[in-house]
Amino acid sequence: MTHISATVDGVHRQGDVEPRTLLVHWLRESLGQVGTTVGCDTSNCGACTVLVEGRSVKSCSVLAVQIDGKSVTTIQGLAEGEEWHPVQKAFKECHGLQCGYCTPGMVMASVDLLNENPNPTEAEIREGLEGNLCRCTGYHNIVKAVAMAAAEMGASK
Amino acid sequence: MIPASFDYVKATSVDGAVAALVKGGEDAKVLGGGQSLLPVLRLRLNAPSVLIDVSEVGEMRSVTDDGDSILIGASVTTYEVMHNELVKEHAGLLSLTAGVVADPAIRHKGTFGGSVAHADPAGDLPTVAAALDCEMVIAGPNGRRTVAAKDFFVDYFTTALAADEVLVAVRVPKLGAGWSYNYQKFNRTAQAWAIVGVAAAVKSENGTITEARVALTNMGATPIRATGVEAALAGASSSEAIAAAASKAADGTSPTSDLHADGEYRKHLAQVLTRRAVQAASGI
Repeated sequence: MTHISATVDGVHRQGDVEPRTLLVHWLRESLGQVGTTVGCDTSNCGACTVLVEGRSVKSCSVLAVQIDGKSVTTIQGLAEGEEWHPVQKAFKECHGLQCGYCTPGMVMASVDLLNENPNPTEAEIREGLEGNLCRCTGYHNIVKAVAMAAAEMGASK
Repeated sequence: MIPASFDYVKATSVDGAVAALVKGGEDAKVLGGGQSLLPVLRLRLNAPSVLIDVSEVGEMRSVTDDGDSILIGASVTTYEVMHNELVKEHAGLLSLTAGVVADPAIRHKGTFGGSVAHADPAGDLPTVAAALDCEMVIAGPNGRRTVAAKDFFVDYFTTALAADEVLVAVRVPKLGAGWSYNYQKFNRTAQAWAIVGVAAAVKSENGTITEARVALTNMGATPIRATGVEAALAGASSSEAIAAAASKAADGTSPTSDLHADGEYRKHLAQVLTRRAVQAASGI
């Protein structure tokens, strides 16, 4: 076992993990942060996307021991108290989901995309989300949601 | 899917990583960004006894100007290669191609050195390493050595790296003035591996190509330099001449057939993509 500590959704967390423990499993099974879903488990689908040090990663393809000393943000760390993040609001407003399984990863990838490019074109949104699969929506409302969030976040600055 | 158990060593220096590899023996593996290795472990296609994490070894995390070349540490991420100013200035083909590797989340973790050492024939960055005549700086128990790209890639997922050696950095010769470049990647869906890819760098003077480098992705077991195309491009000054040169792209190759494409289709793609890459690079 290896001892690790990390800031997860703003809270200091620590524990002993087997080196083979994947970050997503540490989050879900040891910390109870089950907002992050496991989809394909082969680093294709992006459902498990979280931010490590502010940048998107697929948490099924990162070892928990590799985030020792770092900060992790999951879908459960986006809201400010009762106030949802603009990307979360826009996904609800635009109905950027159907079954909702891909949504935690889709939202986190969108947050990363907007951090990198606050005013993306439609093509840039689609390209920025290429690592996240949605089998329900056909993506149109997801793209609309990211555009709406971009406008909202730009207006609030 | 959970990997089989392994021990984990976080290396803090190149020497430490080599020592851990020697101690770990044949079953030890180097962990960089893990974007190729971890899926392999999860699928239990491999079960190393120990992983030696080099992702935060300081020497392997920097990009430095070294006169005629730039030296890119093996643990520099694909995302960093895309955005690094030295890479953009002196090896634009590499930063451009880094931007089409996988997807943003994978580019944040995956490393240039890891891609090169993994040597997937469908990988984009090994092809650029071949096109730019990069040299691999390798550390082992007997010190350091340098291996040219043409000797580094040996077979499918097989390189000149011995089991007790670590890829420390990639030396990328600077492309001087007059060079322009392009990378064409053909795949079926977003983030998928290249069915075929083509890296092209051309030097032009007054609308005539004087020198060209063309390398192919997924047209064989290793990245392949299309030497016939390169020779035929010298002196080309029209789209017809470029197309004629590009028609040699598949000469001497025997690409694999798989679910995505058969070998004949890949040979066709190589010619089409070579023409597109050279035209886009040269503006001719």
